[in-house]
Formats: sequence, structure tokens, C-alpha cells
Amino acid sequence: MSQHRVIVVGGGLAGLAASVRVAEAGLPVDLFSLVPVKRSHSVCAQGGINACNEVARQQGYSEYEHFDETIYGGDFLADQHPVLEMANWAPKIIDLLDRMGVPFNRTAEGKRDLRLFGGSLFKRTHFAGATTGQQLIYALDEQTRRYESEGKVTKYEYWEFLWPIIEEGRCVGIVAQDMRTMQVRAFRADAVIMATGGCGLVFGKSTNSIICNGAAAARCYQAGVWYGNPEMIQVHPTAIPGADKLRLMSESARGEGGRVWVPRKPGDTRAPRDIPEAERFYFLEEKYPAYGNIVPRDIATREIFDICVNQGMGVSGENQVYLDLTHKDPEYLTKKLGGILEIYEKFVGVDPRHEPMKIFPAVHYSMGGLWTQFTKGSYNPAEPRPKHKSGSPAPLGAEVGLGMQLGAINNMMTNVKGLYAFGEVNFAYHGANRLGANALLSCIFDGLFCGVSVVNYVRNDAPSKNPASDMPASAFDRVVEQENQKGQRLLATVGQGSADAATNPYIIGKELGDEMTAACTVVRTEPRLEQCLKKLGELKDRYARVRLPDDAPWSNQSFTYARAVGDMLAIADAVALGSKGRKESRGAHYRPDFPDRDDANFMKSSVARFDAATRSTTVAFEPIDASLILPTARTYGKKDVDSGAKKPAMAGAAS
Amino acid sequence: MTTATHLPPHAAEAARIAAANRARAVPGRKVYVKVLRCDGPGKPSRWETFQVTVERGSNVISMLQQIAASPVTADGRKTTPVVWDSGCLEEVCGACTMVINGKVRQSCSCLIDDYAPAEGDTITLEPMSKFPVVRDLWVDRSRLFHNLKRVKAWVPIDGTYSLGSGPTESPESQEQRYVMSTCMSCGCCLEACPQFNIEPDQSAWDTSFVGAHAINQARLFNEHETGKRLKAERLDALMSAGGINDCGNAQNCAKVCPKLIPLTESIGVIGRAVTIRAVAKFFSGR
Repeated sequence: MSQHRVIVVGGGLAGLAASVRVAEAGLPVDLFSLVPVKRSHSVCAQGGINACNEVARQQGYSEYEHFDETIYGGDFLADQHPVLEMANWAPKIIDLLDRMGVPFNRTAEGKRDLRLFGGSLFKRTHFAGATTGQQLIYALDEQTRRYESEGKVTKYEYWEFLWPIIEEGRCVGIVAQDMRTMQVRAFRADAVIMATGGCGLVFGKSTNSIICNGAAAARCYQAGVWYGNPEMIQVHPTAIPGADKLRLMSESARGEGGRVWVPRKPGDTRAPRDIPEAERFYFLEEKYPAYGNIVPRDIATREIFDICVNQGMGVSGENQVYLDLTHKDPEYLTKKLGGILEIYEKFVGVDPRHEPMKIFPAVHYSMGGLWTQFTKGSYNPAEPRPKHKSGSPAPLGAEVGLGMQLGAINNMMTNVKGLYAFGEVNFAYHGANRLGANALLSCIFDGLFCGVSVVNYVRNDAPSKNPASDMPASAFDRVVEQENQKGQRLLATVGQGSADAATNPYIIGKELGDEMTAACTVVRTEPRLEQCLKKLGELKDRYARVRLPDDAPWSNQSFTYARAVGDMLAIADAVALGSKGRKESRGAHYRPDFPDRDDANFMKSSVARFDAATRSTTVAFEPIDASLILPTARTYGKKDVDSGAKKPAMAGAAS
Repeated sequence: MTTATHLPPHAAEAARIAAANRARAVPGRKVYVKVLRCDGPGKPSRWETFQVTVERGSNVISMLQQIAASPVTADGRKTTPVVWDSGCLEEVCGACTMVINGKVRQSCSCLIDDYAPAEGDTITLEPMSKFPVVRDLWVDRSRLFHNLKRVKAWVPIDGTYSLGSGPTESPESQEQRYVMSTCMSCGCCLEACPQFNIEPDQSAWDTSFVGAHAINQARLFNEHETGKRLKAERLDALMSAGGINDCGNAQNCAKVCPKLIPLTESIGVIGRAVTIRAVAKFFSGR
């Protein structure tokens, strides 16, 4: 009997879906997480999960249109075949979650209720209150616990991934550290699935959890895994400014009718309810009559940023706009959006059912990530089709395997054999901008669909002939030694020299976040990016002299944090260099010095590669698979309007 | 200021006091954070006090971050950063639960303006007392997750293959299950429970009190169309040692639940179901 094992790093939706799928196929799983998996960042997802459904279908919607929306929403940067497969699978995923007991909101007849979300004119978003991510991860957490109680999944919670073990050209395990005892040890595996999410902490305050520092991905990157589209960072239009983080205010607030506005008179001091309709500027509704408040995130973000920063029209002269739900029935709001309204009320102390919320954009999601491969499915038209006309019949069905070949061993495998990347940590599916409620989908899809690929790889490829359990110990010991040395070097800095802001890891981390937010988010220009790269150089110099505040051999959090800061600097380099190299504007990436999309030169993935010898990043632009849909201008029907107070107010909310 | 009319009386009262404090809080003031620290299991505990600067919107997390960047006590002594558990910082993950001014709650949603509105006020932070301390404010809550296994808190599906949709459900049932399902396993209900005591010995976990959160989860899954297939097993677990009979009906659990889950109602429902099952078992002899 072979002793095959699979390691999953990360216990969010992608990691848990993968664990369940792989365990179910009969391979034992070792699941590593910085936190008890139930507390993973997936809990923060609010609005919902997209899938074609019977109601939308009978109005002309299809899986194909979901695919088309996702490609268009991502501004034609994603490889297209994997997106087709994901959209086709989406209804199956909803059904499965439903069987697992997710309390999806219901219609009077007891069917799953639907809501409107950004980038679509059809209701295709399934939801459980406004804490959909929490409810989905709980369902997968419960199924994982079931396998755990049967001995098929072993959890390593409060264990931190440190480095992949790459031997004979393939990944054969990881080195990890117990965050309580600080023990560092190697774990063998025939395949390793990274499902470690995004890198919001690189930008300091974001909507992400405190654990989303991108360090795990950065360690893979520094070990030789390529990183795709690092510059594609989603800034969510609506977040609540806070002292420790910027809390998300879900897109579902707009999907359920929330209206974004500012007073037409800059600096208007009246309370919002005292400002008459005609003196309010509903700028999204005026500029985008078709989509209104539910334009995709990058567009809403730039418009809000423009209103506040360029036009000085932010509420009370500050960087904030109103997100207004007060015209809706408070009971209805509690039923549909209770969870997020509570968050606002708890952290701001104002009830958004009765007073408009004040919001501003915040870093939210990383479309880019570890570079991954796939095997195209059976749908390969002679020429790409023109953009799908919304509501028209789909040109093809939704059978399994049209987009990606089910079970092909390279689906979502990185350039390192046996090392996979699932969920937000990979660069697939979302191109230059992710549509709301597609993230939960891509995470679970990766786990379920590409989990089969992992099983096939372990059973039929290199590991079947030469399992990791048979490899010599020296390969594993070497990486343990490397990580121990790194740790000892950091711990030895405690008490050395004088404590100083320049070498304080928390201050280096804060300056990194401030710099990345200023230079690499909503607006990016060549001179500012140059300045940013210079600053990153300075921070790296300072990091080389970092001084830790604590050398405790037990549960040393400041050590864990300080180590991660070094890795965050590597990701920051890739983000800044990708931003500088992409001399065009596309999706979330906006360059006023190159305001147009340039398909001839840049309808390509930026691929960052790390040179271990010089510790430097290079970025190359490489072709994508765009063989299914022809690119068109991504305008969402924009109209030019001015904010003049004399214009009559627009009527009608989005939904 | 609008009032929170949708809250139950105890929460509405807390919200009213918080709002009054917030109204008089002045940004830029200095307050003290007093932390009960401990270097690890078996090590003695000690108090350390830090002076911090409060801005509008400051919460316990941002104060601990301030201390981490400059770990010096109020009397000028150098120390180490305080260790604590945290995650989402928006009260949906449950990680950052601790005892603040004597009351258990999440530290992320604890705004300093609500608790320490005046210059020189003190806010005290202690680890939860019902779980073993790992270090400082970080406690080991593995037992809480273990107890979810005791009550088989899952739906026994036939695997992850495509087998059509799940059962239909009335909106009323969904609304009821949704509230129960927002339990984030934070452990507030256990900290407040006089019947739930610290138990570092893992071998005793299966016979010591499961607590309100696991009982609520048993009810959540018993009320799902497929989940109820395991109802008998769940009730049997809750009839054995450490089950529902250990509940002393103090009703503290529901008062501290940050998600306002009707925990006492869940305990009542499961209590009745256990009685019915016990009677049925008595007459059937099985």
C-alpha cells in the first residue's frame, strides 16, 4: 500500500473544498492553517456567490453569459478557458452547498432567493443574509470536521507555512512552524496545495483579515514559483474607514438598492436628510444609466476617488461619500443585509437604516497571484466569438469539460510540479478586475474541480513511482536547517543596538503599507512608481537591520510578524514592478499617463520571476488564452455628465 | 442619534451607555490599558499597564498594535509586545475574544470611546478564564471545536458529487436557522457559564459539559431536513455525561452572545427532545 499524502496550506473556502475533495477520493490530507480553519478570512465575504439559476435562465441568462460577464468584467486579461469551466460549474456548486445545509435566503415558496450584483443585469447572486462567506465556510468546516473525526483529514492549526520542499524538480512537502511551541519541522507530501488567500496587509490597512499578509505566497515566489499579474489589486469602492482596518461594506448594499451620492455643493454642512433630492449628486446613476450603482468595482472606485480627491466634493470636505439605504424599509434591510448593517452600527455607532453611511474605497482582493496552468477543454471555436449580447441564446451548453479538461493533472498547478495554487492565491479567473460574488465561486470551484487533478497527479504521475515517503531525509532536513537559521538570525537581533524607528519591524510594516497604498492602488503614475521602488529599496535596507522586540522561545508573535514583513517586501516589489511595466490602463490598473487599454502590447499576463541569487524581481509580459471571446471596449454604457447643481436629479435606484 | 430599536433590552441598554460615553469622548486623550500577562502555561500571571493615545474609532486592537510597536509600560519599563489572538477585526471570526473590564466580548468591536471616554481612564484586558492560556491574552479553545464533533455538527451528505439541489425550506425556517448558524465559536457563552469549567486534561473533554454553543449547533442540524438523520445520535450524546443535564439554567449564555443567538431557547428545545427520546428509549428498551 502506498503512503501517499496531500498537504493543503490554508483553511479558507479553497483549502477546505480541496481537503474534502481529496479526502473523499481516499488520499489522507494534512491541513495547515495560521488559525483554527473556521476563523479563516473567507468569513469576511458578505454579499453572495454567483451562478446561473432557473429564474435568470428563463429570462435569457445562461452560464455562457456569466462567463462572458466575468471576462468583460476582468477587462479581457484572464485566460478564458478556465473561466468558462468555472461559470459552467457554478450551479452545481450552489446545489452542493445547499445540500450541506447553508441557510441560503429563501423565497415564499422555499426556493433559493437571488439578488442583483455588480457587472450583471440579471439576478444571479445567491446569498445567506449578508454573511454569505461565513455561512459557506461553516458548511465546509463542518464537512472537514466530519472527515477529521473519521481520521481522513489531520489539522495543523496555528502552524505557519515557511517554505516548500522542492526535490527532483517537484514539490514533495513543506516546512512549517508551530506558532505556540515555535517548533520547526518538515512534512512530506506527494502534492501541496497552496490556498492561502490574498496579500491585503502589504497595503497596511485593507478589508482583509490580519492574517492576509501574502507571506505564504511570497515564500513560494522566492522559492521559484512564478507570480502572475501582481499589479492587479482590487480596491473595493465601499469600506468603512477605521483605526485598525478598513471594514468592508458589501456590494450587496448597492445590489439591494443602496445609492451613492454627495451633496452638489462641496462642503455642504447640512445633515444628509436635510439635503433635498435636487441638491444631491447621484454620480454613478448619472454617468452609468444602465448599471447605475452596480457598475463593477474598479469603475465605482475610480469615480468615488475622482469625486473626493480631484473634485473636492467628498462629504464634509473629507474623503468619503454617502452610501444611502434610508429610502428602503428597515425591516427589509434587516432581513437582507442585517450582518453588514450591524458591522456599521457597531463600529461607527450610527444606524444605517436611518442615516446614510459614509464610505471610501479600500484594498480588498488580489486578482493576481501564483502563476498556474490548465488544460483546455473540448470547446475550441475556429475564431473567438464577438461579445455575447445580454439575454440572447447561449452559443453552447454547459457540459463538463468544455472549458477545462476535468482531472488533467496541470489544472491550477504552478510552474513547480506537484505544487498547486487554489483560490485567491492564484492568478486565474478574475483578470484585471474581479466581479462581486465571483470570489467564493472561484475558491470552491478550484477545490472541487482541480482537487481531482491533484488526486490524479498523485496516483498516476511521478509520485506513484517515487512517493515522497521514500525520499531521503536529507532533502527535508536541509530546508528545516535553512528556516531555523533564518529564525535564529532574526531572534539574535533582540537587544542589539538601540531601539530605533528605522529598524522597528512594526514601523517598517506600516511605512510599507502607507507607501503601497499611495503609489499602487487607484491611480498609478511612472514618477510615483519610481519613487515607490526607491522607498521599497530603503525599506529592504532597513529590514536587513531589523531589531526584534522579543526573543521568547514560546508563542512569539512579534517574531512571526517580523519574518512576514520580509516576505511582504518581496510581493510589494512584484506589485510595483508589474504596475510600472504595464504601460496601459486595464481594469483595476489605471495609469493616467497611459489612459487607454493597449491590447496589442498588453493583453498579456505579467509574469514576475524572482532571482534567488540577486534577490531581485523581473517582469515579463506573456500571451494569454483569448481564443473564445473577442475583446471589446469596456464602457458599461458610460455617459459624460457634469455635477452642476442645476441638473434635475435622476430618479430610481439600481434594482 | 438614532436608537437601536431592533436590539433586545440588555443589548440596547449597553448600546445606550456606549453611545453616551462616545458622545463625550475627546480624541487625542491618553488612557491606560491594563493587561493581565502570562509567559506561557504554568507560568505566573502579572499585570502590566500601558499608556496609549486614543483617536476617534480606536479599538482594543489598535491599542494593542500601538503597544506592540512601542512596548514600554506606563512607568517607563521596557517589556515585550502583548500576545493576543485576532483575525477578521469585524466580529465575524470570533478569534479576538477576551475579558474586557470584567466582561467577555470581542476586542475588535470594543471601541475605546465606549469604555474609557475620559482622560486617564483605564481599560482592563484579561484572557478568557475557561480555556488554558497559551500566552498573555491568547487562549487555547480546541475543546470548543472538539465539542462540535461530540454533537456531530454537520449534515451527513452523500459526498461532494453533483446530486441535485438540497431540500426546499420555508423562509421562516431559514431565518431561524440562519441566526443559529451565525455562531462563530468565540466561546463567550462558555466563559459566562457557571457550569462550564476549565479542563486542561483532554481525556476528560468527552465527559465534561459541552456548553451552550454545541447544544445550539445540535439544534441547528436537527432542524435541517438532511441534518436530522443524525438527530438520534446527537441527542444520545447530549443525554450522556457532560450533556444537557449539566446545564444549570443560569441563562448567562444568551446575555453575552455577540450574535444574539437565542441560546436558552436552543437549550429548551434540545432539553425537550432529549426527554422525548429518553421516554421512547425506555419503552422500546433500546
